[in-house]
Amino acid sequence: MSKLPSTLPWSWQRFPRPLLVYYGGLGLWLGTTAMHIPDGYLSPVTSIIMFLIVLPFWVMGVRKLREKMTARNVPLIALLAAFSFVIMMFNVPIPGGTTAHAVGGALAAIIMGPEIGTMAVSIALVIQAFFFGDGGILALGANCFNMAVVLPYVSYAIYQALSKNQPTLSKRRIVGAALGAWTGLTVAAFFAGFEFGIQPMLFHTANGTPLYAPYPLSISIPAMVLAHALVASPVEALVTALVVAYLQRANPSTLEFVRKPEISPEMSGFAKWRLLWIVLAVLIVLVPIGLLAPGTAWGEWGAQQLTRRGLAFVPQGMAKLSGLWSAPMRGYDLPALKNADLGYILSGIVGTIVIGIVAWLFTMLVTTRKPESK
Amino acid sequence: MSAASRSTPKRTRRSSFVERTLVDIHHTLEQSLFAENTARQPGLLQGLDPRLKILAMLLLLLAVSLSRSLLVIAALYFLTLGLAYFSKVPLGFFVKRVWLFIPFFTGIIALPALFIVPGTAWVHLPLGLVITTTGVQTALFLLLRVGSSVSVGILLILTTPWNSVLKALGVLRLPAVIILMLGMTYRYIHLLLNITNDMFLSRKSRLLRPLSGEENRQLIGATSGTLLSKSLQVSSEVYLAMQSRGFRDYPRTIDTFEMRPVDWAAGLIVSLVFLAAIWLGR
Repeated sequence: MSKLPSTLPWSWQRFPRPLLVYYGGLGLWLGTTAMHIPDGYLSPVTSIIMFLIVLPFWVMGVRKLREKMTARNVPLIALLAAFSFVIMMFNVPIPGGTTAHAVGGALAAIIMGPEIGTMAVSIALVIQAFFFGDGGILALGANCFNMAVVLPYVSYAIYQALSKNQPTLSKRRIVGAALGAWTGLTVAAFFAGFEFGIQPMLFHTANGTPLYAPYPLSISIPAMVLAHALVASPVEALVTALVVAYLQRANPSTLEFVRKPEISPEMSGFAKWRLLWIVLAVLIVLVPIGLLAPGTAWGEWGAQQLTRRGLAFVPQGMAKLSGLWSAPMRGYDLPALKNADLGYILSGIVGTIVIGIVAWLFTMLVTTRKPESK
Repeated sequence: MSAASRSTPKRTRRSSFVERTLVDIHHTLEQSLFAENTARQPGLLQGLDPRLKILAMLLLLLAVSLSRSLLVIAALYFLTLGLAYFSKVPLGFFVKRVWLFIPFFTGIIALPALFIVPGTAWVHLPLGLVITTTGVQTALFLLLRVGSSVSVGILLILTTPWNSVLKALGVLRLPAVIILMLGMTYRYIHLLLNITNDMFLSRKSRLLRPLSGEENRQLIGATSGTLLSKSLQVSSEVYLAMQSRGFRDYPRTIDTFEMRPVDWAAGLIVSLVFLAAIWLGR
């Protein structure tokens, strides 16, 4: 990542300060709406990739529904989806005279677990997209990823971490619910900003006119994250915490639906390390943030970069060795693509897969399989 | 960009959160009633096979999304206007529904792009603002794409009853369980909206003065919590009802769709439009 020719130089100098303040305020106001991305903001390629990212979560949900659970869950998910839809219509008053609404994804996950939360919010989003034109149809993959996967899983993980082994009526559950919901929605907003932000980098006409969402990562991520962290996420947290507190008073059995997941020895490796896998996936998705940072990682300079850094000489051994190995993806780029940013992201994905395969082969080699105990 | 776009009641000073939510609920119920009505009257698109309509909608959405020419996207938008006209969808409503609500937010988002996308200067404004030609193009791309996509989506729902849309979703290889849940959700959204409506109305009828922020928050917590408890309760009742009618873990539907020559012809035309849009707008 030595040279990073930013495809679009943005000139804040041409943008007067009062307008900046005006749009800052506007951004806050926009933050009061949840992030239903309409069609037209994301390129079809991004939309398809987002569908592919969400697909395993849907398959997991449907499979869980078919195998483990009874038909009882069919109306349960339907009603929770309907609940999430209706909750999105509650106008919660916030300071300043305007209102915001919650998504309800955190609540669904806390009450019924993240898998069912994903299904319920996805279904609510499908109905909103098809029936009310709220959020795009091609953008459903992206919207479901942000609001039906990231939000429930993150909120659930934090809620569980904070309220584990706590009695049903403990205050920590309320705090956990609020913190979980706040973090969940803020992280979801980050992903939405990220999806917007990669558009102008990857998809523009020959003269640099962005074809879809026009703002780069350096604008879209702060705009989405700040607006949500200050307005929409506190509302999600407030509604979630209020409902948990209310249920503690009025209907505590509801909070006991999801038990702590017990890891049994015969559970598959995926289930055992589920959290690790999720964190890993999030980190991979975050890879392109590197595109924001200029320069090379400290201390990882090549021979050429060392001279450019003002070093008068290159150690001889280093000069000799540097020509020894030429990487297939030099500088994290695929020259054939003719697009440095896309190449960077792709090489990140390829690299992760290669490392994964190597690690898997290594574990296969060192661990001997236990004989079946039957 | 979202639900807040629906909440634009005429504000007489500061209306309470209860009133605003009530207005929203009525608006939603009204919309879905209106859609079911237009979907059942005779018209061009109403007569076509729902499966074909879903595939055609996806093709048109893709065309809008893939095209790199503003003219082609605009042409696709006018195509939806023509289709709406011949399907007896009130044009004023159709245009207003699309351009008044959803792209209102997109317009606000697209506006700064006029000034900060670099390019040749087009118009000089006071305050040192310069509108660039590329900025205008970018903003138009965003607005036209969002407007056209929303029009295509709304056209489907205004000309096809929801039940047919659901059944037709089978062509996308959606598992039957999902389709069943989508149908149930849609049905119970209406029930929950009615329940919420009743809860808020009964509360409103007992109010003597505006509620304070603290009381409002308590009200939200209690209403949402009650709604959640009721949802869970209804779900177990629905399950019992399904059991008593012999539900065996797998939904079955009577598929009565049939592709007629008209449908094939329509499919051919949409495919040609799609290819033309991609080729012209490349």
